[in-house]
Parts: sequence; structure tokens; C-alpha cells
Amino acid sequence: MSFHVSRPASGTQTLWRVLLYSILIFFALIYLAPLYVMVITSLKSLDEIRAGNLMLPPLDPNFDAWAKSWSAACVGVECSGISRYFFNSFKMAIPAVAISTFMGAFNGYVLTKWRFKGADIVFALILFGCFIPFQIVLVPMATILGWLGLAQTTPGLILVHVTYGLCFTTLFFRNYYQAFPDELIRAAKLDGAGFFQTFWRVLLPNSLPIVVVTVIWQFTNIWNDFLFGASFASGNAAPMTVALNNVVNTSTSVKEYNVDMASAIYAALPTLIVYVLAGRYFVRGLMAGAVKG
Amino acid sequence: MLSRKKTLALMGAAAFAFASGTASAADNTVEVIHWWTSGGEAAALNVLKKDLEGQGYAWKDGAVAGGGGDQARTVLKARVAAGNPPTTMQMLGLVIGDYAAEDLLGNLNDLAAKEGWEKVVPPALQSFMKPEGDWVAAPVNIHSTNWVWANKKIFDDVGAEIPTNWDEFVAVLDKIKAAGITPIAWGGQAWQEATVVDALVNSTGGADFYKKTLNEADQDALRSDTMKTVFDRLRKLKDYVDPNYPGRDWNLATAMVINGEAGMQMMGDWAKGEFLNAGKVPNEDFLCFRFPGTQGSVTFNTDAFAMFKVGDDSKEAQMALAKAIMDPGFQEAFNLVKGSIPARMDVPGDKFDACGQKAMADLKEAVGNDALMGSMAHGHGVPEGVKGAMYDVITNFFSSDMSSEEAVKNLADAVALAR
Amino acid sequence: MSSIIDRPAATRGGVLGWLQVQLPKIVLAPTCVITIVFVYGFILWTTYLSFSRSRMFPNLGWAGTKPHENLWANPVWYKALENLAILGTLYIGIATVLGLFLATLLDQRIRQEGFIRTIYLYPMALSFIVTGTVWKWMLNPGLGIEKLMHDFGWTGFQFDWIVNSDMAIYTVVMAGVWQSSGFVMAMFLAGLRAVDDEIIKAASIDGASLPRIYVRIIFPMMRPIFLSSFVVLGHLAIKSFDLVIALTGGGPGFATELPATFMYKQTFTRNNIAVGSASAVMMLVTVAAIMVPYLYSELRAQKGVQR
Repeated sequence: MSFHVSRPASGTQTLWRVLLYSILIFFALIYLAPLYVMVITSLKSLDEIRAGNLMLPPLDPNFDAWAKSWSAACVGVECSGISRYFFNSFKMAIPAVAISTFMGAFNGYVLTKWRFKGADIVFALILFGCFIPFQIVLVPMATILGWLGLAQTTPGLILVHVTYGLCFTTLFFRNYYQAFPDELIRAAKLDGAGFFQTFWRVLLPNSLPIVVVTVIWQFTNIWNDFLFGASFASGNAAPMTVALNNVVNTSTSVKEYNVDMASAIYAALPTLIVYVLAGRYFVRGLMAGAVKG
Repeated sequence: MLSRKKTLALMGAAAFAFASGTASAADNTVEVIHWWTSGGEAAALNVLKKDLEGQGYAWKDGAVAGGGGDQARTVLKARVAAGNPPTTMQMLGLVIGDYAAEDLLGNLNDLAAKEGWEKVVPPALQSFMKPEGDWVAAPVNIHSTNWVWANKKIFDDVGAEIPTNWDEFVAVLDKIKAAGITPIAWGGQAWQEATVVDALVNSTGGADFYKKTLNEADQDALRSDTMKTVFDRLRKLKDYVDPNYPGRDWNLATAMVINGEAGMQMMGDWAKGEFLNAGKVPNEDFLCFRFPGTQGSVTFNTDAFAMFKVGDDSKEAQMALAKAIMDPGFQEAFNLVKGSIPARMDVPGDKFDACGQKAMADLKEAVGNDALMGSMAHGHGVPEGVKGAMYDVITNFFSSDMSSEEAVKNLADAVALAR
Repeated sequence: MSSIIDRPAATRGGVLGWLQVQLPKIVLAPTCVITIVFVYGFILWTTYLSFSRSRMFPNLGWAGTKPHENLWANPVWYKALENLAILGTLYIGIATVLGLFLATLLDQRIRQEGFIRTIYLYPMALSFIVTGTVWKWMLNPGLGIEKLMHDFGWTGFQFDWIVNSDMAIYTVVMAGVWQSSGFVMAMFLAGLRAVDDEIIKAASIDGASLPRIYVRIIFPMMRPIFLSSFVVLGHLAIKSFDLVIALTGGGPGFATELPATFMYKQTFTRNNIAVGSASAVMMLVTVAAIMVPYLYSELRAQKGVQR
């Protein structure tokens, strides 16, 4: 897949490889340090955290904090752990990711293959939406959701996430389809394929890499969002990040850092799994054109 | 003002018209937004929940922790903008007045009269519960903020007595410092530093000066020499602080006192929970005393539940909630867990620990002296915008080498700008 | 500017035919409506509020330029702008360079590449609600790295940026780079993979050394990716909020306040929506000042390619 200058193995070559791996491992260790602290802290007792060095491994590792986080941590007045909030987050994230990806794909298709006068300006205007600070949209958004009767509902929250994800999904698909050969589209049309048929038969089957990129990007952002989740979903429908925040951000009482860290790792698991499983497609997808613009 | 009310009313009415289908969940449900999510707080609040459920009402929990209620207040704004406020929300001090001024809160006068709240709630606290003359909120507790929490062993080891004025205080700090221990466990966050300034202003200028500066934000008082002395003393305290204070959470500072790494901490009485959780006993392992020079007065903050305007069908549930909050049994049970003291002065103190009993006695004394004052640092002194401006100057002063003269000027200017 | 694909001839006529022709626009319409209402509508609304008497809730009463004057009279705002300049420059610069560096190394036929790549990428997956706490600990001289080094006997080691007003903003840069340089690395890696092997072979036959080939030939080919990563990092920098709140809370003092945190505090905790909106408008103007020329040049360049 990659290019390499083939050279005979020599002393310099070996030295160079050793140096290369050393640098890569050095940086890997730095990147891993915060995760390391999180994991070891979650395995310590509260007394050990209070007294000991935060960077040293636990004396007596145990999974008490993990068990507590899962089924007994206080998320509000109820202390039944964070587990059930997973479902809420999935219920919100999956439709939001699916809808925004789907719309982004069609937008990209129209903006590159069915161009009309002013298409670039429309694209630029959509793109600018990526930069709007979420804090300023909170209050007017709430008002509109109230008008629509969607305040404090999961569909309302999905609408918000779709709205502010569209600029990114459109950007990704538009840049990907820009590089897609026009000849194939033309050929499909000669065969009598219409707008949708061309999309289904020709474009979509070739879109796997960019779909993966978009899904990863959207899933990460939506899964980790706190502000919208806290404001536009309530009580038992609250997403994972709100539960996590409630566990972590207690203000005037005892902080259980081990439970906090365990909860944080739980909360990050879905995104981490997505990164590990889809990582190779991520790079492949970016390579296939997402970054061209 | 009118146009703002009109806008809100319009927003609310429109939202109601569209959302009437979803709003029917109200009737016997109370939705409570709060930021009490730690084990002890949740357990305390559960007492209330059980009580209501026993009466046949359903509790819808809307916990949003963080920033001492900042996050929850942000969420509340979104809820109000959507025309869909909760039944009630936990609020601090002057924020209740802000919402009352927007005409968003309900009226508890009948209940208050029937239950005789006027007689048992301290007058200084009542003014926060009825900002426009009508009862709109029910108080749960009283935290006092002019406390010092000290490690008794360190005090004994260096031969220190409990200081009662500034000079004695400095002498104690010097002794501890000479013993090679960090005298003050300092939490370098704006609200914690402002908590200390609360105590310094009270100690340096007395109760009347405190009211002038940190309750009325009077420009002359803010620019006075007394204020300069306050900043001089704040600067002096920096001599007794370790270099790693910036950004330190209050509970980590408390842990320093518990572990004997630091002599004392100035903090509200929620700090007591940390000591108790670590198995420490008041007056045996740790000391609680008023900030030197503030004996006989109390700066307080109180957690209250503000009641929003609701439809007639859910009023009954709301009143039941308000009544349950003010029930002496609940106030006792809750405050035993929370470390604060009941908002009702008629709750017996026999179940409370030594520090809790002292807090109750001090409160009565302060009420008698007319020296029970809202804490600036905790939203009971000045409006939120002014409080924020004061935070900026205080925290910037402490973390830089700004002179006291400059600080006095900056403080008064910032307050003028924020009003 | 004509369509690349010939439009279907509107032979069928009538409503159906019209629909057929308009179909692409109809498909795009929901996005346009959403963007007009929820982006530009809200921007106009915010702009109006920045000239209004709004305090705790939006108030339509006109206040003229007073909120803007108050904004520019506030020393914290100047600090926030200064910090944004520092953060913007260093964060974008370091993350780009580091991303490119790591991508180049990873592109040298590395065993376990997927594993290492995932390590570089994972910080993106974590919410800063908690990683902020961890960074705060690690950077705190009394708890983290400095203490560790002292415990190991290296007592001369000093690393106290987070508690130093002048240096604290750089810790925000560090945490930010940690979080997003992996993503930049992935983008560059993808770009490097797309480079034709023949170019390098040809260059190396000419006797050019490998580093020279990269610097002179390959990196310049990454130009579109530099621009993409600039957009992604730029939007993260200007929106960065969680990062500061979790790491320093804007302190020591207000040394690490940023426009986003300033706006949030004014709008939501200090009941000063008008001033908060004024700062939001300034942020949007800054974004526009950077984005408009970029988009203009980018879209023109692409058009040129198509012709």
C-alpha cells in the first residue's frame, strides 16, 4: 500500500529503524499517559488516592469502583449506576448519526453531480455553520423546539444533533464525491438511470470509506456532547454524558475519583470500540478523498 | 421590562399551544431540577422523594451537576425558553429574585401562612424567599461560610490556641509555618477565594461594612481604605499558601488538612462532610471555629427550591412538595447528612455534632445581632453579574502581584461596569 | 457555470416533469432551510441581542452599542482575545507539525501500525469532562509529573505551568494538541498513502536523500490537507470550551479565559446576554475573516481544475 525506497539492509538502516520505533513508542507513551492515570486511579481505593502518588500503580488493585460505577453510583436522586444511560445515548446517537450521514450524502451528491448555479455559494454557506458556537444557539433553539412541541423529547434532541452535524457530513461527502469520476455517472444516465437510481447503483456502493469517516466523526461528536444533551433531554431520557457529568461534577460533597475514572472509561467505550474496529477504514476513507477540500 | 415579559409570555404561550399534547404528564408529577448528585446529597434528597411518593405523587428527577449549579441554571434557561419549566428547581439566593422578577415563579403565600413559615425562618433568609413580597421558594438549609477548619493535632503540636482576631490569626499562621507545615490549604478557584474575601471583609470592617460593600455594592464603601486593608490582608495570606494552589478543588484542600499537610482551610460547612467521611471527630481530630474577628456574625448561603408557575392540575403536587421541604423532620434528616443546619430555627439540635450545634447557636446569636448576612461568594450578596465581576478582580489579585490600591480601584470599576 | 452532468430533458412536461428537473434542489432543500433558520437566523438573532437590553432573558429593548462598549471596556475580554491568538497559533501549528511528523514516521512500513495509530487517535474519543481532571492532576506540581520526578529523586525538576499565570495557557495548548493531533495524523497519513510510489523511486534514483524527498516533494503535495486540518483545528480552537473549563476553569485569576468561556459566563452565569451576544458576534466575525478568504480561494481553485 505504501511506498518504500528499497535499500540493502545496512548498519545505518538498522539504526534508523531503531530510532524510528523509539520515537513512535515515545510518543505513544505520552499519548497513553492520561489513560494510564485513569485506569490505575479507577483500580485504587479512595484512601490510597488521597494519600498516594497519582502516577504510581495501585498497591491493591480491585474493581470495586467499576462495579459501583456500573450499578450503584448516584446519577441523581437515584443511585443505580450509569448502565441504563447507555441505552439513552444509543437511542439518540444512532438515528442522529444515520439521518445526518444520509442527508450529507445526498447533499454531497447534488452539490457535485447535479450542480446548479450558485452551488458553491450554497456549499460555503452550509460550511460556515460548522463554526457557530453551540452556546449561542441554546436559548433560541429551545424556543423553537418548544414551538414544535419537541422540547425535552428524544426526537427534539436528534433534530438538534442532525442540524449541527449537517455541515460536517456535507463537507465530507461533497469533497469525496468531487473526486468521483463523472464518466461513471454519465454512463449510468445513458442506461436510463434517474436521480435516485444513479445514487443507489453507482455512488453508494463506492461510498463505504467516506461513510465510515462520517459515521465515526458524527458518532464521536454526538456521543460526547454534553450541552445539548443536558438542555434538550431530561430526567430518565438523559444521555450518558449527563450521567457522567452528574457522577463526576458533584460540587459540595465527597469526590470519589476512582468511580469517576471508571465511569469515564465506561462512557468512552463505545467510541473507543468504534475507533479500534473502524480505524483502518478511517484512514482509508480520509485517503479516498475526504481531505481533498 | 414589559417587552421582556411579553416576549417570554409569547414564547411560553406559543410553546404551550404546540406542546399541549406533551404537557399533560404534569398532574401528580413533580419535576425537580437540582445539582445534588453525590452519595450523601442524593440520600438526603431521597428522603424527600420517598415522602412525596408515600403521598401518591411521582418524582421526576432532573439532576444536572456542575459548577455549583451553573450547568443546571443553563439548562433551566433552555427549559424556560421552550416554555416548559420544571415544577421546581434548586436555587441560590438572588437568582430566585431574578426569576421572580421575570414573573415565572408561583405563589406560596397561603401555604406559608398556614404553616407559619414567617415565625421559624430567619428574617434575613426570608428576604431571599419572597423577593417581591410573595413567598416563591422553600428553603432547605443554611450553610455558613465564615468557618475555619483546622487540624487539631497541628494546633496542639505548635501550641496554638483558637485565634479570635487578625493579629492572633497571623501569629498562629506563623507558628505553623515555623513548624514546616503549610499553614493554609488554599483552593485556587475564584469562588473559594471569594469565600475568604467574604470573611476578610466581615472581619476587617464589621457587619455593617460587609453589608455596605458585599450586599449593597456601595461605591464609596468599595473605594474606602478599609477595603484596601482587606486586600492587604488577602495578600498577607498568600505568604501562608503552598505554590500549587491554583485550580485546586476545595475537597483536595480539605484532604490536606485531614492528612496533616496543612494547618487549616477557610470554607463553608460542607467541608465537614470530608472530615466525617475520613472518620474524623469534631474537637478531637479537627476544630471548627469562626474566621477570626467574625464571631457573633454569620455569612450564609441557603439552598432553596423555587416553585415555578404551573397549571392548576399540578398545583396540588407542587404544594405538597413545598410542604414536605419545610417539614421539620425532613429538615433535620437532610441537614444531618449535608453538614449544614436547618433553615427552620425550631428544629432541635440534639442529633447534630459539635460543629453543627455551634452553627445553630451562632445563627441565633447572629440573628440577634442583626449580623446574619448573605454571602457574596455564594450568590447571596450581589447580583450574579456583579458577583462575577468581583470574582474576576479577587482571583486576579491573588494570582498576580497587583497592588491593593489597584485592586480597590479595579473592584469598584468592575462593579460599576457590571451594574 | 454549467452542470457537469447534462440535465434530464424536461420532455415529460407538467408537474411531474418539473419535479424531475427540480429533484436535486428539492433534496438539498431541507439542509438549506435548516441552515437558514438554525445558523443564519440564530446569527441574526444574536447580532440583534448584542444591541439590546437583554440581561437574564432575551429582551427586545434597544440599547444601541452599549453592550459592545461594555465588552471592550472589560479587561477579561482582552485577555480572552490574547489567549485565543496564542492558542490559535500554537495549537494549530503544533498539532499540524506533530500530526505530519507522526504520519511520516508511521508511513515507513511500521509493524503494528494499526495499534500505534489507534493510540494516537484515542484521545478524540474521550470526553473532556473527565480527561480534564486527569490533565489537571498530571500538570499540578504537587500531585503529578513534578511530584513523580521528585519522588524518583530528581528534585531539581520543575514543571509548574498550570499554576503560573503567564504559562497556564500553554497547558491548555498541550492538552488540546494531545486531543486532536491524532486526527491530524490520520489525515496526513491518508494523504501520504495517496502519493504515487513512482515519484519517490524516481527521485531516489536521482540520488536525493529520503528526508529531502519528503521536504521538497511530498510535503508540498499535502497542501489540501494542510488547509483541511487548518479548518478542523481552527474550528476546535475557536470553540474550545470544555478544555479550559475542565483544565483551569479560566484561571489562575482569569489567565486562561477564552472568548468561548467568556461568552458562556456572560450569557449564562452573569445574566448579561447582551454582552455575551456581543462577544459571540466578535467570534463569528473572526471566523468569517478567516473562513471567507479560505473558501474563496479553495472553491476557485477547484473550479479551475474542473475546466
